[in-house]
Amino acid sequence: MMTTTGMKRLWLALENVKDPEIPSVSIVELGMVNAVEEEGGGRVRVSLTPTFVGCPALDLIADSVRGQLTDLEGVEGVEVAYVMDPPWTSDRITPQGRRKLQEFGIAPPPSCLEVAPDCPFCGAGGGEVHNLFGPTACRAIFYCKRCHQPFEGMKPV
Amino acid sequence: MKVESAEQAQADSHYRLALVELLTQLADDELCLGHRDSEWLGLAPDIEEDVAFSSIAQDEVGHAVFFYERLHELGEAEPDDLAFLRPASERKNAILVEGPNGDWAMTITRHFLYDTFDAVRIEAAEQSGYVPLAQGAAKIRREERYHQMHLHLWFTRLLSAGGEARERMERAVRHWWPRMGDLFSLGHREAEMVRLGILPWGSEEMRRRWEERIRPAFLENGLPWPGEWRIEGADGRQGEHTGDLVALIRTMSEVKETDPAARW
Repeated sequence: MMTTTGMKRLWLALENVKDPEIPSVSIVELGMVNAVEEEGGGRVRVSLTPTFVGCPALDLIADSVRGQLTDLEGVEGVEVAYVMDPPWTSDRITPQGRRKLQEFGIAPPPSCLEVAPDCPFCGAGGGEVHNLFGPTACRAIFYCKRCHQPFEGMKPV
Repeated sequence: MKVESAEQAQADSHYRLALVELLTQLADDELCLGHRDSEWLGLAPDIEEDVAFSSIAQDEVGHAVFFYERLHELGEAEPDDLAFLRPASERKNAILVEGPNGDWAMTITRHFLYDTFDAVRIEAAEQSGYVPLAQGAAKIRREERYHQMHLHLWFTRLLSAGGEARERMERAVRHWWPRMGDLFSLGHREAEMVRLGILPWGSEEMRRRWEERIRPAFLENGLPWPGEWRIEGADGRQGEHTGDLVALIRTMSEVKETDPAARW
């Protein structure tokens, strides 16, 4: 059995796996890691949950997880599986993840999709939903009426 | 009856066949429409729609991949081979999703009619006794909500614009309506799908629920209900298709046919 410190080391390494399209936010902060299990003999199994089923970054993320964990001493093999249970929802993003998204200029997901989130640039509420679809499957485009900037936000799902 | 895994599903050949049938319908529908959506890339009426349709295409094809992966787990071919290498006669998509997009009104109308059906079907799949399908459906339903909202908005916007927009929309409804009969069919294994708990209810109930949602959209836009329909001509769920699907498969599989080892 891996010790608690060993487990902690694996989770810490996963913090280095960033979303390829939002390079400051890790998959842990996005709530994409469902489970990390040690299966004996240095074998590790990581269960991830996709933010969107058709996200084209899934293979890249899986490769990055394998790369980060294989580098650790004592890890002999890494298996990465995408699972649907429990499904990813935007509530799974951690408070730190929400803060980092905002710093990156992407509004963290609001509680419902009819209301625009606060502008990540000037903080004003009351913006407009400009397009339910954005540059990636998980983002929508909004417009801030105070600073007159279009901005991106994570979709609530 | 709960079936937790592909191994367990494979133990009963009736169960497996009925499940493969349903997953193939789901996958083929989503792949065809997803590909049609992608044809708007660079051509949509404005840049926002370019973004929206690319995103919707990506979602639909992603859902198709999910269903093809479940098929592969059940002993069917590799997902890419299922998508690109099967002839039209082995495809189970509805006729509605294989035809060309036509103009913007035709595109919006077809997508709205299909998405509403897809929502009803995915809600049923969420209650499937086949756990891997139910779990995927729960996730997919959350994504499809956005498609429905978007298409409903366009459906209403174009109809309420009057003039040429409305004329084209009315023409689109007349065009697609007779091509929808097989959309509501679950094929020849429907009875087993329901008996074995792969689906909680059958095609009659799906059509009833679909109508319950589509009728208000017609009513609010002053569109008369076009009437009942039956399967006329080809029945896609039985592997009968139009030349449009043959051409679509040829386009989709061009890269794979040219270089089977290509990665993209």
